[in-house]
Amino acid sequence: MQDTVTLAHGAGGKQTSELIEKVFKAHFENPLFTPDDAAVLQIPAGRMAMSTDGFIVSPAFFPGGNIGKLSICGTVNDLACMGAKPMYMTCAFVIEEGFPMAKLEEIASAMEKTAAEAGVCIVAGDTKVAGRGQVDGVFITTTAVGRIMDDVQTGGALAKPGDCVIVTGDIGRHGCTILLARDDYGIEADVTSDCAPLWTAVRNVLTAAPDIHVIRDATRGGVGTVLYEIAGQSNVGFSLEAENIPVDPGVRGVCGMLGLEPLYLACEGRLVIIAPADKKDIILQSLRQSPHTEGAACIGTVTADHPGRVVLNTEIGAQTILPRPGNELLPRIC
Amino acid sequence: MSDNKTSVIARARGIIDSYQGDPIRIMEVCGTHTHEIFRLGIRGILPDNVKLISGPGCPVCVTPVDFIDQAVCLAMEHNATICTFGDLVRVPGSFGIPASGEKEDSKTARIGSLAAARAAGARIQVVYAPQDAVAYAKEHPDEQVVFLSVGFETTTPSSCLAVQEAKSEGLTNFSILTANKTMPAAYAAMKDSTDAFLYPGHVHAITGTGICEQLAREGSSGVVAGFTAKELMTALAVIVKKSQEGKPYFENCYPRVVRAEGSPAARRLVEEMMEPCDARWRGIGVLPGSGVKLRPEYADYDARIKFDLPSMEGRENPACRCGEVLQGRCLPSDCKVFGKGCTPEHPIGACMVSGEGACSAFYLYGGDR
Repeated sequence: MQDTVTLAHGAGGKQTSELIEKVFKAHFENPLFTPDDAAVLQIPAGRMAMSTDGFIVSPAFFPGGNIGKLSICGTVNDLACMGAKPMYMTCAFVIEEGFPMAKLEEIASAMEKTAAEAGVCIVAGDTKVAGRGQVDGVFITTTAVGRIMDDVQTGGALAKPGDCVIVTGDIGRHGCTILLARDDYGIEADVTSDCAPLWTAVRNVLTAAPDIHVIRDATRGGVGTVLYEIAGQSNVGFSLEAENIPVDPGVRGVCGMLGLEPLYLACEGRLVIIAPADKKDIILQSLRQSPHTEGAACIGTVTADHPGRVVLNTEIGAQTILPRPGNELLPRIC
Repeated sequence: MSDNKTSVIARARGIIDSYQGDPIRIMEVCGTHTHEIFRLGIRGILPDNVKLISGPGCPVCVTPVDFIDQAVCLAMEHNATICTFGDLVRVPGSFGIPASGEKEDSKTARIGSLAAARAAGARIQVVYAPQDAVAYAKEHPDEQVVFLSVGFETTTPSSCLAVQEAKSEGLTNFSILTANKTMPAAYAAMKDSTDAFLYPGHVHAITGTGICEQLAREGSSGVVAGFTAKELMTALAVIVKKSQEGKPYFENCYPRVVRAEGSPAARRLVEEMMEPCDARWRGIGVLPGSGVKLRPEYADYDARIKFDLPSMEGRENPACRCGEVLQGRCLPSDCKVFGKGCTPEHPIGACMVSGEGACSAFYLYGGDR
């Protein structure tokens, strides 16, 4: 096979078949992966959740992952937030002419591994090749469906005053990693992306506490943006303990140098969980025993005071408002 | 939080809370201090008789409109590539000239911000250090590259190093547009607006503390402060305590970084390459001897000389009260356009642009409420 992807690989002929066989089928092969026009699936009884997401992260390879791993995590985590076990997934690639075949192989391999960990089956795919400069490297869109666990209902409008607010690990690592990987700042720090599939952790925590009110994936805009969104949807306020918010020392250092707020840096493997306060310990215990959520921490409470606002109790015992999410911090992080 | 840190902060709070004396006005003369004070919520816990004023220590905030006009002129009329810290891109230039980038009817200086110039096709590169601008110039020998050199004693040495590097590399396409300022003149201009300065730790790490001691002898009090919660609270407690002794004072509350002698090497570098000049401070006016510019032997790297830039008469927006805010004469929320016409997304005054500006911090942290 050629070393790079060419326009012929997207033309539908022999080279397209070769690309599918040698790269995609080699990694995605499973009994449901369709050679036909559409996958035929057995859908279980119950409620389903479905989500789609496009990935254009730059650079496509970064410490802790690549665009392939990210494209699986992003979509299965969206399903997990609704309490849905990811079942079937499709993926569409737009590849720039000249993209190295070895890199594409690496991306497909990461997708295979991550899909297996997330328990999702890739059932159909599409490949397009665009001329040089029409896309940057490779863009991937994934769509997935999953079955929602019985007796689970989560949503951004369901936060109640008195609820506890939990994050499933230290925040802001993905955003910080991408920022450093771009090498625009000349800063070096040992930070890796938190990119991870979280279904197992969500299944465990929902089994332990099915009455969780909100689960949100703190991706673009980070935990701060998610909290402001929920504050609006549920018409509640948040009161956070600044000292309890877990931040990796490397991330904190970079934020200090660049004047960034970690609460607004993207995560790709961190959830915000809002649940009745009496479930806090059960939830934390479950998360701390599950993969990718060992660093879970309770960072504050939902309050009926100051609806629509996120207030921080700072280390000097004062209260401040978390500034509202502002301009785009960094484009193309996912 | 360690017990030690907790107890230091608690002790400092105790001293500040129990203060019963005459009102004290404390001016923080550093944008990073302003930002940290708002982030930590310090203003909210001070008793009524202890007030913080955000002084003129954010380099973006004090950069005058005519500097922006000159930068725009370099970009638009001289086709220069402007390398700048990001905050300056959105600072409005002279009043009456659209800063939004919508009107690009003429390719002249009738464009009111670098953002608007960029929208009209000018090359505006955001950099994080002057050295990045030199690197850009090396990689783009066909372009004339101008670095917008703003800042105080802390950042001026790195501009000098950039010029040195460009000279030793033999670059003929690199120059700097200077608006570098020095703090002592600002202290003198501000001394009647405050009872005590919270001196900027980074600046005095370079200059040393001689100037602060001199000011104390002349009757102006202050302490040098660091930037953590513990350092800021300690510095404020020292001010409250010392104020009760009834005589002017100076204390270095940031000794782990600031030494009495400062950094002689950094000062020597600046003295070798730059000379004092008068400088205009946005909203305040011209303070004699408060700026530095390249010495004549470095004229090839001075964009004003290299491009024969005319001096420009900047016009500030008359509705904007940044000047009074910078002098502690009014709060950001006293300004008619604050939070209405003037927001971080659409700034009218420079204090709303930078994250370290008083108006921006006030707006973002809800100081108006």
